[in-house]
Amino acid sequence: MKIVVCVKQVPDSAAAIVVEDGKVNWGDAPIVINPWDEYAVEAALQLTEKYGGDVVALSMGGDKAKEALKHALAMGCSEAILINDPELAEMDASGAAKVLAAGIQKVGDVEMAIFGKQAIDNDTGVTPAMTARVLGWPMISLISAVENIADGSIKAKRFMEEGNQIFESKLPAVASIVKDYSDPRYPSFMGIRKASRAEIPNLTAGDLGISKPENKVKWFGVDNPPVRDITNEKIEGETPEEIAANLVSKIMEEKVL
Amino acid sequence: MAKILVFIDQYKGEAGMASWEALLAGKMLADKLGGGLSAVIVGSGVEALANTAFHYGAEEVFLADDVSLADYRAEAYALGLAKATEAADPEVVLFPTTTRGRELAAMLAIDTDSGVLVDATEMDVEDGAVVATRPIYAGKVIAKVKCEAKPQIITLRARAFGKPEADESLSGNITKLDGLMAEADIATKVLDTEMVEGGVSLTDANVIVSGGRGVSNNAGLEVPGDITDEKEIEIWKATQGFGLIQELADVLDAAVGASRAAVDANYISYAHQVGQTGKTVAPDLYIACGISGAIQHMAGMRSSKVLVAINKDGDAPVFKEARYGVVGDLFDVLPAITAEFKKQLGK
Amino acid sequence: MDFQLSEEHRMAQKMVRDFAAKEVIPVIQEWDSKQEMAPHFLPRMGELGIMGINIPVKYGGQGFDYITLGLVCEELEYADSSLRVVMSVHMGLNSMAVLQWGTEDQKQRFLVPQAKGEKVAAFGLTEPDAGSDVAAMTATAVKDGNEYILNGEKMWISLATKADHTLVVCRTDMNADKPTSGMTAFMVENARDGVTSGDIHGKLGVRAGSTGWVNMQDVRIPEENRIGEEGEGFKISMSCLDNGRYTVAAGATGLIKASLDASVKYAQERKTFGVQIAEHQLIQQKIAHMHRDHEMAQLLYLKAGWKKNLGERNTRETSLAKWFATEASFNAASEAVQIHGAYGYSDEYPVERFLRNSKGAVIYEGTNEIHQLVQAAYAFGWRKDRPLRKELPAFDPDVWQE
Repeated sequence: MKIVVCVKQVPDSAAAIVVEDGKVNWGDAPIVINPWDEYAVEAALQLTEKYGGDVVALSMGGDKAKEALKHALAMGCSEAILINDPELAEMDASGAAKVLAAGIQKVGDVEMAIFGKQAIDNDTGVTPAMTARVLGWPMISLISAVENIADGSIKAKRFMEEGNQIFESKLPAVASIVKDYSDPRYPSFMGIRKASRAEIPNLTAGDLGISKPENKVKWFGVDNPPVRDITNEKIEGETPEEIAANLVSKIMEEKVL
Repeated sequence: MAKILVFIDQYKGEAGMASWEALLAGKMLADKLGGGLSAVIVGSGVEALANTAFHYGAEEVFLADDVSLADYRAEAYALGLAKATEAADPEVVLFPTTTRGRELAAMLAIDTDSGVLVDATEMDVEDGAVVATRPIYAGKVIAKVKCEAKPQIITLRARAFGKPEADESLSGNITKLDGLMAEADIATKVLDTEMVEGGVSLTDANVIVSGGRGVSNNAGLEVPGDITDEKEIEIWKATQGFGLIQELADVLDAAVGASRAAVDANYISYAHQVGQTGKTVAPDLYIACGISGAIQHMAGMRSSKVLVAINKDGDAPVFKEARYGVVGDLFDVLPAITAEFKKQLGK
Repeated sequence: MDFQLSEEHRMAQKMVRDFAAKEVIPVIQEWDSKQEMAPHFLPRMGELGIMGINIPVKYGGQGFDYITLGLVCEELEYADSSLRVVMSVHMGLNSMAVLQWGTEDQKQRFLVPQAKGEKVAAFGLTEPDAGSDVAAMTATAVKDGNEYILNGEKMWISLATKADHTLVVCRTDMNADKPTSGMTAFMVENARDGVTSGDIHGKLGVRAGSTGWVNMQDVRIPEENRIGEEGEGFKISMSCLDNGRYTVAAGATGLIKASLDASVKYAQERKTFGVQIAEHQLIQQKIAHMHRDHEMAQLLYLKAGWKKNLGERNTRETSLAKWFATEASFNAASEAVQIHGAYGYSDEYPVERFLRNSKGAVIYEGTNEIHQLVQAAYAFGWRKDRPLRKELPAFDPDVWQE
C-alpha cells in the first residue's frame, strides 16, 4: 500500500506571533512541522507497518518546507517530495489542493492521502476535503482509529461533534487524522541520519503538468487582534465563602448569565 | 432571486444554534446585498427542520431529503449541497464552522470552482462583495479576506454573529431536490455510531468552566489506600478536581473545558481541549481553574467576554488576561463558588 | 573554522529536547521531591537510543559523533541533572571505556547490550575514604587461577542500584612503586554473588537520580572481565574521566540555559514598583551574565567534542570545559533563584532545584579545585599528556555506521 502524507511547515505553536509592517512575524521562534501533521505521519507509518507498503511525505513551499519533510523522513517515511516552484507561491487553499492533488497523482498508485486536521498557521482546515474533491476520492475526515484495511477498503472510526462514526469506505481515499489516533513517535536517531542525508527532489508546476491555479481568496492583509482593555481585579476575602460571595456578585453584575 | 444560501447543519434531524446564527448572519447580508435568504437542508426525514429554518428567517428551503442521507457521508451530502447551489444560484453560501460545515464548504468550493473564507468572525459588504474577518494563528492574528469567485463561500464562527430568535409566524416555500446519489454509488457505508454522553457542547456554550494541570495539585486530598501507583494517584486527584468543575458547570449549564496539559496528562478526554490544538471558544463567561495560561490555551479562549481565573500561583500569566482573578486553591474555592451561585441563582 | 552544527546534530538535539519537554519536565518536580528516579526514564532513554547515542552501530549504538553526545547531555540536563548523570556514568565513564580499552569479546558482551539500553552501566572508583586522593583506595582484587576475587566498597556511585554492569577499579599490586601503578579495572556484573548495593538518601541535589554504594564481598569474576592490562587501572580511570567530565561540562551548559530561560520568563512576568522586573538594570546584568556563560560553556565543550571526533587527546580542554561550565551553572542557578526572589526559594519554581542540582558537579569528576591545579600545571608546562596504549577512537562515520 502506498500512502502519501501531506505535511506543512509552520511557526511553533508556542511562538508569540505579532503583525509588524503588515506581515506576520514570529520572532526567532522555531519553524516546525505542523503539529497536526505529526499525527498524520504517525498514522501513515502505523498503517504501513501493519499492512505493508511505503509512506511518501509530500509538501509544497520553499526550501524551508524541507525541514517538515525531513522530520517526516526521520520519523520513518521512506521518501519525501517537495513541490517547490516560485510560480506556485502564495496560493489559497483551493489552489494548494489542486497542486497537492497533482502531486499525489504524480506519485502514482496511491491508496490513501493522509493530512493533519488543519495547519496551525492559516487555520483553514479545508485543504484535505478540497484535495479529496479534486481527486474525486471519498473524504474520510477526523479519523481516530483504523480497524482494518482489506480488499481496497478501509474500516475506521471518525470523530463528529455528536459522537463517533464507524464506517467503511472504498480506497483510494483522502483521510485526516485527529489526536486520539496515537501520539506521534519521536524521530529515531537512525531516521535522523537518513533524513539529514536525504536529497529531497523539487518538483515544479511543469513536472506536475499543471499551471498555477487561480486564487479565489483575496487577502487584504493581516493585523493584530484589537487590544482588549482588560481591567484585572483580584477578588479577595478571608474565607473561601467570602471570596466566592464577592466573585459571584461581580459576575452577576456583568449580566453574562 | 436567492442571493444568500445558508447550510443548515443537521444531525439526525436536529440542528444546533450555530446554524440559526448563520441564518441570522445571512439575513444581515441579504439586507445589505438586497437579495433573499434561502436555506439548504440535507438529510433523511428532515422536512420538519424546514419550518424551524423559516422561523429563523429563511424565505425558502432547498431540501435534499433521501434515506441515503440518513447518515452523514461527505460525498453524498456534497452532492445534495451542490444541487441546492445550482438551483438557488446564490451570491453567497454560508455555513456554520462545524466539522461538517467546514468540510462541505471545502467540497462546494471545488465543485463550483470557488474558494472558502473559513471561520469568519465579522462580515462587511464592500462593492457588493463580502469582506470577512477571520482569525489565523489561533487568533493571534486577524486577516481580512474576500472570495473573488461566485458563489462566495463563507463559514461562520459560532457565537460571533448575535443571538437568533425564532418567529413562529414565519413560513416559506420548500423546493425538493432530486438527482441525489444512489446508495450503490456512495463509496462510504456507516456501520455504527457511538454517541458521546450528553453535556453542553464547548463551541455552543454560553459558559465554560475549564481545568488545567493544577486540578490534580492538592496535597491535602486523602487518596484511597488501594491506589498506590503515582500516576493513578495523580489521575484520581485530577478526577476529584474535575468533579468540582463539573458541579459548578451543572449549576451554570456550562460546558467543561480543559487545557492541553490536562488532556496530555490523561485527566480528561481530548474532546474537552480548548486552545490552539483543541477547540476555539468564545463564551460569555470562561472560568479557568488551575490553568496557568499558556499562549496556546489563551489563543483558544481569548474572545470570551468575561474571563475568571482561579490559580494558586498569583504570577500565572492567565491573570493578565483575566477580568477577575482569585489567587487560591481551587479545591477550597470552587465548592464555595458553586454554593454561592446556587444561592444567587436560586437553584 | 565552522561554528555551524550539522543538520544531523540539530535534529538529534531537537529530538532529545522534545523527549525531555514532553516526558521529563512535566513530572520531574514530583520525583525530585520523592527522592526517587522515575521508573520510566531509563527504559525510555534506552528505547529511544539515547543510551547508545555515540557508540558505533555495529556495537548496538546509534553511530553518532561525540559532539552529539554533548548536545544530548545539554538537552537532558536542561530538564534535570539526573538524566545527564545517566549519560555520564553509563556512557562517559563506562561504555566509552569499553569502546576505548575493551577487547572485541568485551565489546560484544558488555558494550552491545549497554548501547542498546538493555543493560545499565555504572562506574566505581570513589571509596568512602578515597575521592580526589585516588591512591588511598583500599578495594582489592586477588588473582585466583582464571579468576579474580574482589573485595571492597565503592561510594557515591551513580546508578549503583540500577546498574547491571559496574566498571570498578581495585588494587591488584599492593607492593607497586606508586599506588597508582598497582590498580586494575574490572567489569563486574552486579548480579554476581557477593555484590550488594544501596541508595544514599538526603542528598542536597540530583534527588531524582540514584546515587549509592556498591559493596563487593569475595566476588569472583573471570579473567575475561578485566578491562585493559593489570596495573593499567589508574590510566583507564583517568581516560574515563576525560569522557565523564565532557558529559558533565555539556550538561552544566544545559543547566545554565535552563536557569537563563526560567529567569527571562519570570523577569517578564513579575512586576515590582509598577514595572516588569526585566526593566531593572541589575536584573538585566544577571541575564547578560547567564547568556555569556551559556555561550562560553557551549563553545568550550563543543571544542572538546570536536577534538574527540578527531581522535586527539582532550584532557586539558575537557577539564577546562568542566571547570568553567559547572562553576558557571552554579552561579547561574544561584542568580536565577535571586531573580525569582522568595518564589525562587520555594519549589513552586524549578530554579531552587537547579541550584541544588548544580552543586554536585562542582565536586564530582574532579573537584573544581583539582581542575584549577590541572589547568595551572598545563600552563606551567609541568603536565604533559603521554600517548596511551589505546586511545579513544576518532569518530569515523563509515566505521561508526557500518
